[in-house]
Amino acid sequence: MKGQALAIGMVIAMGVMMLVMMSGLVASLTETRAAYYERYRLADIFAPVTRAPERLLQRLAAIDGVGTVEGRVSGGGLIDLAASDLPVQARAVSLPDSQDPTLNAVFLTEGRMMDSNRRDEILLLQSFARAHGLRPGDHLTMTLNGARRTFRITGLAQSPEFLYTTAPGEMVPDDARFAVIWMHHSALAAAYDMQGAFNEVLLSLSRGAKQAPVLAAVDRSLAPYGGLGAYPLADQASNRFISEEINGLSAAAVGVPPIFLAVAAFLLYIVISRMVQAERTQIGLMKAFGYTNAEVALHYMKMVMLIALGGALIGCLSGIVSGRAMIRIYTDYYKFPFLVFQLEPSSFLTGVSVAVVAASGGGLLVLRRVFALTPATAMHAPAPPDYRQVGRLGKAVNRLLDQPSRMVLRRVSRQPVRMAGAVIGIACGMALSLSMLTIFAGFDRTVELAFGVVDRSDVNASFIHPVSDKAIYELQRLPGVMQVQPIRVVPAVLRNGLYTYRGSIEGIPPEARLYRAIDTKLASIPLQPGGITLSRSLADVLHLAAGDTLQVDVREGRQPLLQLRVTAIAESLLGSPAYMDMDSLNRALREPNRVSGAYLAVDSLAADAIYRALKDMPVVAGVSLRADASLAFRKLMDSGAGAIRYVMGAIAFVITFGIVYNTARIAYAERTRDLASLRVIGFSRGEAAFVLLGELGIVTLIALPLGAILGYYLSFGIAAGFSTDLYQIPAIVDPGSYGFAVLVVVSAAMTSGWLVKRDMDRIELVSALKTRE
Amino acid sequence: MDKTGRAEETLIYRIAGLSKVYGEGRSAVHALRGVSLDIPQGEIVVLLGPSGSGKSTLLNIIGGLDRATQGRVHFHDQNLSEMTDVQLTRYRREHIGFVFQFYNLMPSLTARENVELVTEIANDPMDPDEALAMVGLEERVDHFPSQLSGGEQQRVAIARAVAKQPAVLFCDEPTGALDSTTGRAVLQVLKDVNEQLGATVLVVTHAASQAAMADRVIHFADGDVREVVLNREKLTPDQIEW
Repeated sequence: MKGQALAIGMVIAMGVMMLVMMSGLVASLTETRAAYYERYRLADIFAPVTRAPERLLQRLAAIDGVGTVEGRVSGGGLIDLAASDLPVQARAVSLPDSQDPTLNAVFLTEGRMMDSNRRDEILLLQSFARAHGLRPGDHLTMTLNGARRTFRITGLAQSPEFLYTTAPGEMVPDDARFAVIWMHHSALAAAYDMQGAFNEVLLSLSRGAKQAPVLAAVDRSLAPYGGLGAYPLADQASNRFISEEINGLSAAAVGVPPIFLAVAAFLLYIVISRMVQAERTQIGLMKAFGYTNAEVALHYMKMVMLIALGGALIGCLSGIVSGRAMIRIYTDYYKFPFLVFQLEPSSFLTGVSVAVVAASGGGLLVLRRVFALTPATAMHAPAPPDYRQVGRLGKAVNRLLDQPSRMVLRRVSRQPVRMAGAVIGIACGMALSLSMLTIFAGFDRTVELAFGVVDRSDVNASFIHPVSDKAIYELQRLPGVMQVQPIRVVPAVLRNGLYTYRGSIEGIPPEARLYRAIDTKLASIPLQPGGITLSRSLADVLHLAAGDTLQVDVREGRQPLLQLRVTAIAESLLGSPAYMDMDSLNRALREPNRVSGAYLAVDSLAADAIYRALKDMPVVAGVSLRADASLAFRKLMDSGAGAIRYVMGAIAFVITFGIVYNTARIAYAERTRDLASLRVIGFSRGEAAFVLLGELGIVTLIALPLGAILGYYLSFGIAAGFSTDLYQIPAIVDPGSYGFAVLVVVSAAMTSGWLVKRDMDRIELVSALKTRE
Repeated sequence: MDKTGRAEETLIYRIAGLSKVYGEGRSAVHALRGVSLDIPQGEIVVLLGPSGSGKSTLLNIIGGLDRATQGRVHFHDQNLSEMTDVQLTRYRREHIGFVFQFYNLMPSLTARENVELVTEIANDPMDPDEALAMVGLEERVDHFPSQLSGGEQQRVAIARAVAKQPAVLFCDEPTGALDSTTGRAVLQVLKDVNEQLGATVLVVTHAASQAAMADRVIHFADGDVREVVLNREKLTPDQIEW
């Protein structure tokens, strides 16, 4: 009984721990993010514009619902790191010359702010500095707006605006490959010819103001100056990314622990009913002495509550401990400068109440049956269980089976409900383990597809601005370049009625080989001229299917408004791309033969020379290596919301074992006397164990396919929970995962069988026999 | 001739200085205190005594279910005290039949199947139906324990115990849970088994009246043999007062 109580307590603890940890993580991250945003006054609205005079700021401030307004200069640049052949993309952002910014302040982590008289001083994003070992006092060579200059780093900074930094044209954030620098407004304005002007407006909303009318009003005000479309914080890249991560955690926190808890509750019910059943005589005796039903119930409930509350308590405590450990990792990962640790009190309440309700439900249901008996009947040993209904196995079957096998089969078939309970229990455990293993495989699959099938290039070069396709010929001429595929990427807002998505359209040539749109069978999708192909995740966001029409609000050049027909849905596991035939896209933009970047396949021996050549090409804004991107992506999945999958996997294994072990213990407890009788008759330990373990074996065997089916469906739910805006995790049918899940269950069964058999070998034959049923 | 005046007997058990202590130190309980006893083959032997006197402990040790703290038990030439667990299992399997107060039948097997449980692993078993016929249950061979009365269940237990044609049949309070009519019927079966199969039958009971059917009555008290009485006149089970 002790081992079993422990095993159940453990399963409960795991479920509760999961709940407390996950909801604590979500609460802490949400709170910390909110506090960070508030303390550093992150803007509610961002509005890029080509060039607007500073006097426009007053008009923007007068818009109904606008709190504060800050105009700034922001532009792309290239950092030349001596240690690297690759150019690194950077974004330069202005800070007011002589005061703190009213919006989007920075957090100085090291060094000092720039001197307002020095134009060559900058702050550098801390994460980039760390990735390259840069310190205050170091110098940095940068090309800004075509001019190459050397700057002195005075300090390192963090900013809520740049928790995640992704180079333009890239999907995966990577600290090392994208930098942010802050300069005084006057210095940066000089570099970009923006004196007396700005090219980005930040706005905060006044309390209670509605966002949509403000966005519309800002767009109207900026339109004459080349407004590129105002967007809310929700669409800001870094925030969107972090929101997706928190949402992913949140979805997992809502979806997964209940499954764990339900399994624990089910086990508890089975065990308690067994325990009360075994104590039926004592219950009769207590009632005979004059104890009321309530008093008897209370007696048993104490024990039940001890297990339930004990498990829940351990779960809460370990949830806090593991939550605290995880949150430290996450804080670091999300680059929060401080941490607001928050527990979700409701998770304790939920965890404890689920445990208690399940436990008392199980106990009371059985006690009710016992209470229905008179004390005299209860005190009598119950009649031997009736096997008449299932007795005849059929003569043919009988001839094939010896008596122990018959015992196994009859027990399994006589108590179909209880056996079904055991089967479902183990199947649930297996489903949990399997779905987690499927998720592991899904993550691998995402990397494989994204960097092996969709993108088969070695190098991706992006251009400063769309250029003539002559640039492609220039690239082709580089020695060692084997293939070049041009691409035209255009930022755009995609709309379908109320659903909008701020992203881009990728124009791909028809004969694309290095970067393609693929279908579910991993074959290239031919892009129909004039139509648009959406990735599945994007189609889901926009609620569109093939054949529907999509409105595309282009945010570049002439900013045309296009109506495009969705011609196909593509599989994509990375980002949410929309593809078009490149010529059609250029025609729609009325910018023929323009390209904004290229995918290259190169000879690895010539790679370094090619990188150096790219670094020297003025048109190249950034270069990324597929290998780096793949590595960064894997790192991202292993340290962000995706990391929790390992914790959940471990818990799933523990629960699976707990379930199987309990099933074995219950079967053993129910059969102690029969097993002792067999031993007395002269059955060896192994022969007697067969009767018990045979049953466990059958239950496990039936549970395996059922668990596989349950796991298959469960993996969709969990995969959806893990999928974010940045990457999608497919619920795939991976034979390896199934095999491993079977192995997990079978080894749990074998270990449990061994543990139970060990107890069985120690059984005191005499005392076991003297006890009545 | 020995002192009892009987012809030279073959001894099935020779027990010497047998002790059994449960627990240790001050809380130690001495269940057997140096019992020495010979049991001849082919007799009905009744062990009589109040509960706690050690008779069941003795039965369990010589039945191979428990081990003595000290002393020796010889079954023919074999020393039980030196046997391993595997050897004890083999000993029970080949030579011993058990009947308990609470029957200990497998609820999932019919009467015949309960008997077959034993005949399948025995060396020279009887036909299961024959064993059930011996206990008068030929009509109920296909019934499950839940369909049988207490007395019938006990008779199935006896049939199961004798079907392997054991050398010794151990019965621990075989009639303890039965009324007088069924109890007598069960005792009759034990007598038949003794006579027809030549098995030594050892019955542990605290019902003194049952001693009248035994060849030999061993009185137990305080963990030792107080007295061994040989019955010159045996009563049949239906003559026994209940």
